[in-house]
Amino acid sequence: MDHLNVDIRVRYPAFELDVAHDFAGEGITALFGPSGCGKSTLLRSIAGFERAATGRVALGGEVWMEGRRGLAPHRRGVGYVFQDTRLFPHLTVRGNLDYAQKRAGRAAVRYSFDDVVSGLDLAPLFDRRAGQLSGGERQRVAIGRALLARPRLLLMDEPLAALDTRRKAGIMPYIARLPQAFGLPVIYVTHAIEEVTQLCDRIVALAAGRIVATGGVAETLERLDLGEIQGRFEAGVVLEGRIAATDAEMHLTRVDLGGRTLEVPQILGADGGVVRLRVRARDVSLARTRPEGLSIRNMLEARVLALEPEAGSAFAEVLLDIGGQHLRARITRAAVQEMGLAQGQPVVALIKSVAFDRQALPRPLRRGREFDQAR
Amino acid sequence: MDFPDLGPLWLTIRLAAVTTLFLLVVGTPIAWWLAHTRSRVKPVVEAITALPLVLPPTVLGFYLLVFLSPDALLGGLWLDATGSTLTFSFSGLILASMLYSLPFMVQPLQGAFEVVGRAPLEAAASLRASPFDAFLTVATPMALRGYLTATVLTFAHTIGEFGVVLMVGGNIPGRTKVVSIQIYEQVETINYDAAHMLAAILLVFSFAVLLAVYSFNRRFPVHVG
Repeated sequence: MDHLNVDIRVRYPAFELDVAHDFAGEGITALFGPSGCGKSTLLRSIAGFERAATGRVALGGEVWMEGRRGLAPHRRGVGYVFQDTRLFPHLTVRGNLDYAQKRAGRAAVRYSFDDVVSGLDLAPLFDRRAGQLSGGERQRVAIGRALLARPRLLLMDEPLAALDTRRKAGIMPYIARLPQAFGLPVIYVTHAIEEVTQLCDRIVALAAGRIVATGGVAETLERLDLGEIQGRFEAGVVLEGRIAATDAEMHLTRVDLGGRTLEVPQILGADGGVVRLRVRARDVSLARTRPEGLSIRNMLEARVLALEPEAGSAFAEVLLDIGGQHLRARITRAAVQEMGLAQGQPVVALIKSVAFDRQALPRPLRRGREFDQAR
Repeated sequence: MDFPDLGPLWLTIRLAAVTTLFLLVVGTPIAWWLAHTRSRVKPVVEAITALPLVLPPTVLGFYLLVFLSPDALLGGLWLDATGSTLTFSFSGLILASMLYSLPFMVQPLQGAFEVVGRAPLEAAASLRASPFDAFLTVATPMALRGYLTATVLTFAHTIGEFGVVLMVGGNIPGRTKVVSIQIYEQVETINYDAAHMLAAILLVFSFAVLLAVYSFNRRFPVHVG
């Protein structure tokens, strides 16, 4: 699959974006950062909507922009899912889908109209208008419409930002399957860490118009210098594991992290399914020895990899090794001193099972069968 | 009682219809440009298109008379090309009416295009629609109310024009004598019965057109949002 090569500058009086990156030609890449960091501007530049953009954009061998001259947006073959969906109000859902289907032209052979409709469960909505859809339905139609134009690359600009948690959870599985099901790479703009951990394969992190980190989701999120983007409060790591066992009576699932086991509120999924869990640094406590008589269910043997006291604050962050995967703990500097923590020291990391709040728990990363057929 | 000559009424409707049609063609690109441009000359163009709103019709009519006369460049070219003059002719009236009613076409359209905005056009472009395609299949249907308003206002305004027509067209039966001038004439000659009848016809006709438009608007609302 073709890489998207980007080297873009956008200058506004109060803001400057300067980004060079080679986006992978497969999977979902998160464009991640705080509001106003330029992620949407970058996405719009790739699509050709940003008039002030200069530089170079190329997909594979095809140059979309060189200097100030750019290929018109409608000739780029890039799909765009907007946060506000932008469904055409004068057309029904069916009309919106047909609009894209009719203009796909020769590109239409990759997958059929019905593949998209069944994959996103759109048939029941056909006769409705945008105004008669719920937020989640609207976003599903928008995704379907974008797919039907048979883009070579799908850009998604905070598609879930306007939805509540339950609707988000309902639509995420659809998004997660897009790259495999329809064979196209996705660039996904978000400032929500849960969306990154549950949907994305890679991160490009932006701050103030510059790329500050890139790489796989787990390793990028555990890097200490990302605290500023995520906010100290939300900082944490992503652990990957397999569902080892489910206790239906207690509503608990045991996740095997490769030697160490984590107990979390029940995840719906078959044993052996791969899951990602996010553990916030502030939910991790440390003990020097294994304590007894505690309500805390998860006690993981760990080793201190690095200590990072935050100057001018009460806190310190501790990076831990838990058998290959990493964990971060946010504790007070006073605790570091009293416990005499040092690099290389063995400790026990304590995580309350309740810290994995119910709605933030990911569904298992399985591939839908209907999508595999669509390929 | 003599039934008044209905020729001028028919001429008026023809003039208004042709003017509206031509203005749809001319006004749409102007309104589109005004709605989307970031050019510095935008206020200048906006002011020029709005001039007929504030100028006394006699001023507009006077300048038109000057520029359309066979001695002037435009009038002369027209005479060479067609063999007839622009002043005191139906063609001249159309041109004058188009200028006179220009803001009534451009302003509602510009407003409608601004409400539609860029967002749906970007969405259309991301679905491989060319800008012209997007204009026809997205912006136009979304701006349908604006088109309706602009068409009705232009038509009605042209029917009601008086001063400009008098200056440019004069009062030639069958060519430039429109109904508003006919009414004026009947009043001047103290023929109130004929004036009453013509005025009533105009009143009922205008009301019927507006009623039809608003009913249509109610039955086929344009969904937005």
